[in-house]
Amino acid sequence: MRSSYSYFDHDADIGIIGCGETAVAAFVAAAEAMFAIMADITEVNDVVHVQVGFEESDLELALVIWLNRLLTEARMEGLIFSRFALQRNETNWRGEAWGEPWRAEMERGVEVKGATLTMLSVKQVEAGWEARCVVDV
Amino acid sequence: MDMSRLNKIDDTCWSVKPAAGVQTAPVRMYGSEALLAAMDDKVFEQITNVAKLPGLVGAAMTMPDAHWGYGFPIGGVAAFDPEQGGIISAGGVGFDISCGIRCLRTNLTLTDITPQLENLADALFHTIPAGVGEEGQLKFAPAQLDEVLLGGAEWAVRQGYGVPEDLEYIEERGRVAGAVPENVSDHAKKRQRGEMGTLGSGNHYLEVQVVDHIYDQQAAQVFGLSEGQIVVSIHCGSRGLGHQIGTEYLVTLAKAASRLGITLPDRELACAPIQSPEGQEYIGAMNAAINCALANRQILAHLTREVFDRIIPNATLETLFDVSHNTCKVEKHKVDGKTRLLYVHRKGATRAFGPNHPALPERYRAIGQPVIIGGSMGTGSYVLAGTAESENQAYSSASHGAGRAMSRHQALRHWRGRQLIDELAERGILIRTRSMRGAAEEAPGAYKDVDLVAEATEKAGLARRVAFLRPKACIKG
Repeated sequence: MRSSYSYFDHDADIGIIGCGETAVAAFVAAAEAMFAIMADITEVNDVVHVQVGFEESDLELALVIWLNRLLTEARMEGLIFSRFALQRNETNWRGEAWGEPWRAEMERGVEVKGATLTMLSVKQVEAGWEARCVVDV
Repeated sequence: MDMSRLNKIDDTCWSVKPAAGVQTAPVRMYGSEALLAAMDDKVFEQITNVAKLPGLVGAAMTMPDAHWGYGFPIGGVAAFDPEQGGIISAGGVGFDISCGIRCLRTNLTLTDITPQLENLADALFHTIPAGVGEEGQLKFAPAQLDEVLLGGAEWAVRQGYGVPEDLEYIEERGRVAGAVPENVSDHAKKRQRGEMGTLGSGNHYLEVQVVDHIYDQQAAQVFGLSEGQIVVSIHCGSRGLGHQIGTEYLVTLAKAASRLGITLPDRELACAPIQSPEGQEYIGAMNAAINCALANRQILAHLTREVFDRIIPNATLETLFDVSHNTCKVEKHKVDGKTRLLYVHRKGATRAFGPNHPALPERYRAIGQPVIIGGSMGTGSYVLAGTAESENQAYSSASHGAGRAMSRHQALRHWRGRQLIDELAERGILIRTRSMRGAAEEAPGAYKDVDLVAEATEKAGLARRVAFLRPKACIKG
C-alpha cells in the first residue's frame, strides 16, 4: 500500500486520514495531511531538522501525541514542516521532522491548533493501515 | 437532525425523549425547529453523551447555534456539582480555552470612517499579527509568562496596554482567581513565547462594524450604542498556550477517567472528578489559560487603539464588554430552590448574567450582561443582554456565534477565497487576510443564519437582542 493522505468532513474542524503499509507509515502520512492544511508542503524546503520522542502504549493516543508534539515543535520555533519519519520500539516512539521557518511569501493555509480524540482511530485495513482523527483549526 | 427523538416544550425549547430502559439525565435543546432540524445528528449524539457524565446537575443543554464539536457539542452547556462526584472535562471547555469576544465602542460614525476605511483596514492588518506562522512583537520567557498567567488583563494594564477602566468591563474584572502557572507545561509556555498579542487563525477575526439596527433603545443607551456608530469586535483566545494545555490534559484526563472507572461514551469527553488531583491540576492550568486569553485580548485592544489613533486622531475606543465562550466557571446557581456551587462548562456558549447579578459592572446592572453573538464576515453580529429567565433555565448561558452549517472541506468545494473577498468588497465589506484558503473556509454561506440564531436565542429567553452590527472591515487569520 502506497502512503497517502486525505481528509474527511467535520462541522467545525477538519478530519485527516493517513494511510500506509504499517501503522508507523500511516502516522507519517497523517502528519503530512495535518501540515498540508497550513501550507503547500511541496513548497517547503528541508532547512531545519527536529526530533521528538515519547512513550505511549495506546496506539490511538500515540497518534494524537505524535501530531501534537509536531505542532508544538513547529509553533515553538516558528517552523512549517513538510517531511516526517517515525520509528517505534514497542511503547517507545522516536520521530523526526524537516522543514523551515515561515517565509513571508508562503501562501498561508489555516492554522491547526491541535489533534483531538474525535473520530480517532488507528486500524488495519485491507491493504495496510489507516490512522485518522479530527484536528482543531 | 432526526426530530422524532425530541419532545417539543415550546417553539424554541425541546427535550430529548428518554430511550426505553435507559436512565439518563435530561437533555434540553434550544432553538427553532428549523435550526434544530438542520443540525448534524452528531450534536444529538454528543449532548446525550454529556448527559451520561457523573455529577451532572439538571439538564445537559445545547444553544441555538450548536454544531458538532469534539466530545461536547459546540454550543453545549453542562453544570457539575463537586460534592456529587461532578467532573471537569477538557473537551467541555474546548481547546481554545477562554476564546471570546472583546467589543469596543467608538465615538465615530460610519460617515467619519468611510473616507479612511481602506487605510484603517490596511493599518490594522499590518499591525495585528494574524494567521498561521505570524508572531507578535512581545516575546516572553516562561518565567515572565507566569506573571501573565496570574495577572490576566490586569497584568496587561499594568504594563501600559489599555486603561484601568477596561477592567471594569471584562469578565472577572480581567483576572480569574485560581490560576496555577506551575500546572502549565514548559511546552505550553514556550509555544506562547511569540503569541501574545496575536489574533490566530480559523474563525478568529478583528472586525470594524457599524451599529445597523437597535432592538432595545433603553439597553442600547446603557451599553452606549446608537445607530450609525462604529464598534470594533475582536474574536480570539488563549492561542498556543491554551491549545497545548487542552491537548496535554485531554490525554491526562482520559487516563484518569480510565483509572477511576468513569465510563466515557466518547473518548473526547475525557474528564476527571473535580475533586481529584488530575481534576484540580487541570482547573489550575485552565484558569491560567483564561488569564492568558484575557491578557491577549487586552493587548489586541491596545494595538487597535493605537491604529485608530494614527489614522483617525481623537478617536476613542472604550471597552463595551469582554466575554469568553470556552470556559468552565465556578458559579452559584439556584437549583430546586437551593443555591449550589457548580462548575458550569460552556463550550461555545456565552455566559449571560441577567439584571442585578452582583458580578456585573454597576453601569449594566439594571439591564443585564452584554452578550455578543459573533456572525460571519459577510453577515453581521449581535449585541444582546442577559435575562433573568436564562438564569433560571440555562445557568445564565446563551449562544456565541452563528455556528457552522457546512464543514470547512465542503466550503472549500463551494468558494474561492479571492472571488469571495472581491464579492464582499463590492458589498462594502473589506477583508484583509494572508490565507485565501482561510477566507473560503470562512465564507458567510458556510454559517447558519445569524439572524435566526439571535431570534431563537431571544425567543428562548436566553438573552434579548439589543443591537445588530454590520461588518465594514474584517481582519482574518
